Amino acid sequence: MPEPDPAHLIDLSDVGRTYDDGPAALSGLTLRVRRGEALAVLGRSGSGKSTLLNLLAGLDRPSTGRVTVDGLRVDRLSEAACAKYRRSHVGMVFQFFNLLDDLTVLDNVLLPAQLAGADRTAAAARAAELLDRLGIARHARAHPGRLSGGERQRVAVARALMNRPPLLLADEPTGALDSASGADVRELLRELNAEGQTIVLVTHDLALAEACATRTIELLDGRIARDVAAVTR
Amino acid sequence: MSGALGRVVRAGVGRRRTQTAVMVLTTLLSVAAAVLALGLLVVSSAPFDRAFARQHGAHLTVEFDGSAVTRDRLAATARAPGVAETAGPFALVSVRLRGEGPVPPGFEPPPLTVVGRSSADGPVDAVSLNEGRWVRSAGEIVLEARALPPGLVLGDRVTSGTAELTVVGIASTAGASADAWVVPDGLPALAGARQPAFQMLYRLTAAATRAEVAAGREAVAAAVPADAVAGTQSYLDVREAAQEDRGAFVPFVAAFALLGLAMSVLVISVVVSGAVSAATRRIGILKSVGFTPSQIGRAYVAQALLPGSVGAVLGVALGNALSVPLMAEVAAAYGTGIEPIPLWVDLVVPAAALAVVAVTAFGPALRAARLPTATALRVGPAAGGARGRRIRGLLGRLPLPRPVTLGLAAPFARPARSVTTAAAVTFGALAVTFAVGLGNTLVAVKADGDPNRGGDVTVRTVAPPEPGEQLPGKPADPVAVAAATAALPGTGSVYRTTRTQIGVAGLKGGAPLVAYEGDTAGSRHTMVAGRWFEAPGEAVAPTRFLRATGLRVGESVALSEQGRTVRVRLVGEVFDLGGNGMVLRTAAASVASLDPRYMPAVFFVTVAPGTDSAAYAERLNTAVSPLGARAAVTEVGKSSVILAMQALIVMLTVMLVVVACLGVFNTVVLDTRDRVRDLGVCKALGMTPRQAVAQVLTSVAGIGLVAGVVGVPLGVGLHSWVMPAMGRAVGTTIPPADIDVYGAPLLALLAVAGMVIATAGALLPAGRAARTSTAHALRAE
Ligand SMILES: Nc1ncnc2c1ncn2[C@@H]1O[C@H](COP(=O)(O)OP(=O)(O)OP(=O)(O)O)[C@@H](O)[C@H]1O
Ligand SMILES: [Mg+2]
Repeated sequence: MPEPDPAHLIDLSDVGRTYDDGPAALSGLTLRVRRGEALAVLGRSGSGKSTLLNLLAGLDRPSTGRVTVDGLRVDRLSEAACAKYRRSHVGMVFQFFNLLDDLTVLDNVLLPAQLAGADRTAAAARAAELLDRLGIARHARAHPGRLSGGERQRVAVARALMNRPPLLLADEPTGALDSASGADVRELLRELNAEGQTIVLVTHDLALAEACATRTIELLDGRIARDVAAVTR
Repeated sequence: MSGALGRVVRAGVGRRRTQTAVMVLTTLLSVAAAVLALGLLVVSSAPFDRAFARQHGAHLTVEFDGSAVTRDRLAATARAPGVAETAGPFALVSVRLRGEGPVPPGFEPPPLTVVGRSSADGPVDAVSLNEGRWVRSAGEIVLEARALPPGLVLGDRVTSGTAELTVVGIASTAGASADAWVVPDGLPALAGARQPAFQMLYRLTAAATRAEVAAGREAVAAAVPADAVAGTQSYLDVREAAQEDRGAFVPFVAAFALLGLAMSVLVISVVVSGAVSAATRRIGILKSVGFTPSQIGRAYVAQALLPGSVGAVLGVALGNALSVPLMAEVAAAYGTGIEPIPLWVDLVVPAAALAVVAVTAFGPALRAARLPTATALRVGPAAGGARGRRIRGLLGRLPLPRPVTLGLAAPFARPARSVTTAAAVTFGALAVTFAVGLGNTLVAVKADGDPNRGGDVTVRTVAPPEPGEQLPGKPADPVAVAAATAALPGTGSVYRTTRTQIGVAGLKGGAPLVAYEGDTAGSRHTMVAGRWFEAPGEAVAPTRFLRATGLRVGESVALSEQGRTVRVRLVGEVFDLGGNGMVLRTAAASVASLDPRYMPAVFFVTVAPGTDSAAYAERLNTAVSPLGARAAVTEVGKSSVILAMQALIVMLTVMLVVVACLGVFNTVVLDTRDRVRDLGVCKALGMTPRQAVAQVLTSVAGIGLVAGVVGVPLGVGLHSWVMPAMGRAVGTTIPPADIDVYGAPLLALLAVAGMVIATAGALLPAGRAARTSTAHALRAE
């Protein structure tokens, strides 16, 4: 068993994932991601990008291989331990926001802290800080249904960052946004990474990958077809 | 399009397997409970009238002196004015029948009216057979159910003088025309040297009032020679006697039946409307491919009716199956023949249930179908939207773990569904509360309603002998028994009772009197009002005695025996369900001057503290056996009526609770399906499986709480309303102590019942929700 690697946050080793009898969604995938990296994952539809993110988030388990994040063998965690791992290590942003429409913006952002049983005042302070930072403080008491797509994605990002996770996962964060809002989110992710946030970003959007990724891989039929470090940033 | 419609329906039924199963089960149980409840309600409402009508009972039964009138002359009475139909003449004789076993001394079997009749059927008084068959030859006898000596079963032999008969059937006649029947040829053997009498059974053109029946009697009497009429019986008197004890079931069956019906309707509507509103998106898709709103309405009605019909048919079968043993008990309790559940109940209940299904399905389906297609398509899994947001927001502020506050807020997203489910569970809690109280009261009433039972050990001075033993010539000497009992170590206090019939001023035929001797403090019994007798000259009487004599507690009554008279003061109304509620009780000293002729005595011994009753009873028995007495631990009596009621209570309660659980189960299944994405999001944010279960369970906790807080007081209220009615129906006042059976711990326990029902219903879907794949849930866009 390899020693926990302080430089690499993510260590995937020979990971495969097969659904039922279908072809492998991922196979023989070995990938290491350094702390502070922003990795963009490109690839055609069905190439295994979301599968990869799910494995990193502990939402899915590999059929073969090892998934290690921050020294934790994510593939071996129990359901409950997975949930706790997500609370402390992972923030997720989705294409369709996945905000709870029943809760206010503030309550959505507070949710991860509340699930973790965090101190109320500390959580409130952190939420206020994030809302302020992301420019959505004035919508705190509104319900997500009232917000524009770009604003909703900001709420989702704020929620993802609530517990200060070492890893931010984003699946097509600009996929449902118009170009202006997309640029907005792109800028936000770039800033976050500049502050040291490790990001794994799945996208079709080459502009997004170029703008904020420090490294780009391309998946093809569940394998890494290309792995390039960004030339400039 | 109808082919397409059929395919849509079939696919819908097949796809939603849980939904379909719940629908089948709910209609099954609801229909079964409703069939049972309504069937019992119908059968037990005016059981006498129903049985009498069904048997075409005789309005007027006349016995003629066999030597004063001819058969032809009797047959001619059919043409008497006012007579509609007749049966007879049948030969009739009054005999005392003995069973096979030995008979205790002093015991004389009651005289029974035996009628020679070749067929149970007839235009009047079509006797119904409960067991066995009708008599075919001399040497066979059919007994009326109420005249059945205890312990006698089909196939036993009975004797009267030299005649020996086999019991081939047990029958009942609502009009009480006879106690037993033999074939006409069999009667002479029973009559011996006596001239048999004749019986004629009449139905009258008008028989609603006593005057009308009396007019019929006059007309019949006028058609025969003077003095030919030996005795007459009006069905109105039979009815009055029959209705005294039988009404106990009615109020409680009615209460339960109504509960069952209300719950059935509620749960069916929750399940069906839930199924339809869960399908809003599917409806949108159907519309977008060209279905019209009315086609969609029909499709969803059909989709609900398919499993509904299966459940309804099975439910009718189950209800009827369950009713078989129950109806036998009810028949025994009412003293009527076994009645099947009426056919119309088997038709009306499922039809009504399916109508409820259709109506509750059509409304939401049509509403969904009228929704603009785009909206319907957009209303995704997380429908519910803006409703109750303020309350949900406030609940979120509660200082409780987030999964709990999320769960508490959930019912406000679908207020209508939550309210209906809460109502169903409230009915469930109400039913449980009512049933528990009813059971407790029945047990208490049974224990308290028999003043003839007392002490730890009972000694009878007349005892049926063991097999092979000689019959004692006379009862044991009470003085010797008393001495033997007093001499035995372990004896605490002893009192003895003896029975006699005594004249009571203003009461035709007098009343039974139980006289107490010895340490009568130990004989004290549950009182409805007043107190137990203490000083000489004091007596207690049950409710019906007081009503019959018009006396009140505190007044005195004159008792007489062969010209001797004594006055006793009534100091209390005793709770006594036995002896037709007419038994007067007093100290023997109070009536000593009457010098009544007592029956054999019974001793009641309370053992000294620390003495084992069973061992003591055995020692006492050894001591008193040589004297001809028998000692045994005081028996706790069983009553078939109470057993039947308890069986019914358990059966209906279980069904209603399961239906309530199914209602909750369904609601939670729908809610978690609605919230599958929300739950997936929460899990992605780090909600553990345990937190997910907690959230789902707390989402029904409110429902359970409401059910407990509302249902339990309602159940207590219903109980305190139904019990006195039951008492009144059997002509007694039930002592308050037997009605007030809910202690604080029991109430607390019952209040939890709603929560338990709700949680039990939610457990399965909660576990399933916790296990669903998050990745999958999040993909469900
Ligand atoms: N739960 C599942 N069950 C069965 N097959 C699945 C499941 N999830 C994904 N797959 C299959 O695995 C393969 C990879 O899917 P994945 O969602 O990772 O693709 P993707 O690269 O994210 O595609 P897209 O760009 O369309 O989101 C696909 O062939 C998909 O059908
Ligand atoms: Mg994807």
